[in-house]
Order: sequence, then structure tokens, then C-alpha cells
Amino acid sequence: MNQRSEAVSLPAAVTIAADAAALAEIQDMVRACMQCGTCSASCPNAPAMDHTPRSLWRMLLLGLVDEVLESRTFWLCSACYSCTLRCPRGLPLTAAMAALKRLAASDGRSADRKRGLFYEDFMRNVEKNGRVRETELMLHYFLDMRDPLLPLEYTPLGLKLLRKGKLHLGGSGQLGRLGPLFAKVREMEARP
Amino acid sequence: MKYSYYPGCSLESGAVEYDLSSREVLRLLGVELAEIPDWTCCGASAVEPVSSLLTLALPARNLALAEREVPDADMLVPCSACYLNHLRVERECGADRKLAARVNEALSAEGLSRSGTVRVRHLLDVLFRDVGPERVGQAVVRRLEGLTAAPYYGCQVLRPYPLFDDPERPASMTPLLKALGVEVLDWDMGGRCCGASLMATKRDAALALVSAILDAASGADLIVTVCPMCQMNLEAYQKEAIRSGGRGRPVSVLYLPQLMGLALGLSEDDVLLGKNLAVTDTLLGKLRAPEAAEV
Repeated sequence: MNQRSEAVSLPAAVTIAADAAALAEIQDMVRACMQCGTCSASCPNAPAMDHTPRSLWRMLLLGLVDEVLESRTFWLCSACYSCTLRCPRGLPLTAAMAALKRLAASDGRSADRKRGLFYEDFMRNVEKNGRVRETELMLHYFLDMRDPLLPLEYTPLGLKLLRKGKLHLGGSGQLGRLGPLFAKVREMEARP
Repeated sequence: MKYSYYPGCSLESGAVEYDLSSREVLRLLGVELAEIPDWTCCGASAVEPVSSLLTLALPARNLALAEREVPDADMLVPCSACYLNHLRVERECGADRKLAARVNEALSAEGLSRSGTVRVRHLLDVLFRDVGPERVGQAVVRRLEGLTAAPYYGCQVLRPYPLFDDPERPASMTPLLKALGVEVLDWDMGGRCCGASLMATKRDAALALVSAILDAASGADLIVTVCPMCQMNLEAYQKEAIRSGGRGRPVSVLYLPQLMGLALGLSEDDVLLGKNLAVTDTLLGKLRAPEAAEV
């Protein structure tokens, strides 16, 4: 999971082996794909993708791993499960998209890392506070993205929510509550 | 009818009006809720891209607490993402004993264990199947005549597990809304995606989806939602979506239990209508009109 955390620092060889296993697992998820294109036709975000979901599965099975991981297709999955629901082969396509996000984030290339930062920051926030504290989450996200214009995009919403008294400014009663569970999961996922 | 209650993080902040109106409406309908003590975040839609084990372990922690603290009751969840995350534990661990054992090994870090006796239920499921439109109709003290609502279901309440309605063309809100005296817009966007967290990571893609939904709701006085993420995307980014090319006009967006509460005799303050980001004067006028008849 979270590669930047202090709790786990794995030798490169172990990471590569884990990535190879993760890749094989994703390939298995779409092995029975018959290229009918129902997923692409059902996907609300397909117009914004560089490869359609159907193409992505084919590329994955052809072993075009670099091309797949460089694609922005899986980052554009909003987990609506339309493809999963309609796939005539019953393949877990939404889960495969999420698995690709995990693989690309652990792969560590800078462009991909930035795309996964929101999710990582979100989970760091949960680990620390037990419940989401969105003000702190967005602050960390802005800092990590290093894009000075990004906070401006969110200012109108932030002000709206602040005016309505809908933002948490204080801490959480569940502070640190999830520490042991996160540590245990990290330990279990680092096992070879 | 008694349920354990999992509000989820957003119902503590951005969706506080969803939390309060759900509790009040259920109380008026004779439903008893016991909030799960010490509940924590289920991981929302951010956990699966980070860790597959945590995706199940986080909600499993809440399920284990519900089993221990509120046994023999279904777990009622108003947020669709929270609902799906907890339901996935029920489904995936139920089908795979090795996976269930692995999740329990993670939970052992807290001295917790989940045996799988708690059923996960969405608020809409409970209102539609357990309470039922008939009982809702009997509790109405003020019929909301003259209003047309576009029922918006979103994704994760019915996909990938369509437990109580058709995931392609959902209709469970229709009899509930009709019981309030509200007309229902016939549209096919009720189960479309609002973009979910793409609004944070890929704004343009999400805005296009919100635009299309708002356009299609043009014939309605309000959109009714059952998910905090759908609500936020449809209300907070409405102006931006319309500006970015949508042909729609501003439309009010309310949570289902807020609208139900108004028909069940609660005031606008009682259902925290002031917390909503998109409420038009037209809607307020209709809600306050004398012809919204007392029963």
C-alpha cells in the first residue's frame, strides 16, 4: 500500500516481484474479455480517456504494460460500476481499474504518482484522524500537488461550505484510532 | 423496527442536513436507530486505489462493532459509498472464507472479529421495502402538491449489487415521492454517474456529467438525492457546470429525507434547509405557498 510511509521500506527486488504478481492478477481479471466493447459504450468517462476500456484490456493481455500504465484511462474511472454490471462475461472491470491505480502508484513514476496523490492523502488523513477531516485533507493535497493555482479552483467551494458551517476546523474524537489497523494491514501486505 | 446506524464522515460535516433529516424522518416513521459507537471512516472511494486489504478491513471494523454493540439488527447506511464499502465486505467475505479470515486477522490488531451476522442496508432500501410508501403516506401531514421532483439515485446504491431496484432504470423513489404528493419527472438520468471524486482529480470530466444531469432535470422543481457525493457534485458545482456548456438552469437539490420531513410536518429549519447550497426562490415559494395543503 502506501509506499511513502515510514513503516514499510522494501528492497527494489521485492517491489518488482509484488508488482509482477499484481499485474498477473489484473490480467487474470480480464482474461475472458471477448472485446465486445460493452464496457466502453457504458463508461460515462470514455470520451475523456486516451484509450477506451475495451482497448485497455486488450493492451493489458498483449503485455503492453508500459503503455497501459502510462494511460490516463484508469485514473478516469469514477467507480460507477456500469461496465461491471453490464459485462456479458461478468468480469470485475471496476475492480480492475482500481487495481491499475494501485499498480501505477506503486510503480513510482512521477506523473503517475501525482495522479494518485488525492487517494493517498485521503487515506493518510483517515489514518491520522479516524474520520475524514476534509479541510486538513485539501491543505495537504494542495501542498503535495505543488500547483499554486489549484487552491484557487477550490476557494469558492471552500468559502461556501465555511459560510454554511460545513467544514471541520477542529480535530477528531477518533484521533489515532485507526493506527493499529493500518499498521497491521501494512505488515500483512508487505509479506512476500 | 430497529437498526444500527452508520452515519459516515460526510454526514458529520458537509452532509449534516442528510444526517439530521434522516434521523428525524425515521423517528417520525417509528424506526429506532442505535448509532454504532466508535465507528470510523469506511475508506470512501479513496481506499481501493490505495490498498485492497484496507478496502475490506476498514468497513469490516465497523461491522464488527455493530455485531458486538447492536446485535440482531440490520445496519442502516445513508451514504451510498459507505453503503457499498460495507456491503462489499458482506458479499466478498461471504463468498471467500480465506479472504474473511485475512480480514479478521487485520481486525485482530484491535481485538475485533467479524462473523458476518449483520446485514447492510441503504436508507432508501429501508424506506422503500421495510417502511414502505403506504406508511409514509399515512404519516404525511402536509401534501407537497404542485412540486415536480427528479429522483436521482447515482451509482453505488444499486451497482454492482442491485439488491432492491433496477440499476439501469431505478424507480424505488417514485412511490415514496408520490406518497408525499410530489409529481415525479420521467427521465432516464436517475442512475447516471455524477463523476464522484473525479470532481477533485479530473474536474472537466466530472463537470460534463453534472451538466448532462442538470440539463435533463430542467422540467423539475428539484432533484432529490440519496448520496452526499451526488448531492455535493450536483449542488456545489452547479454554476460551474452550467457555465461550462450545460444548457440547464439552476435547480434545487435536496436529500430525500429532507423533502419527506417537510411533508411529515417538520419545518425548513428542522430539516436544515439553510445548509443546502442549491435552493431556488421558486422552490421556496412553492414550499411556502398556502396551497401546499394541510391534510
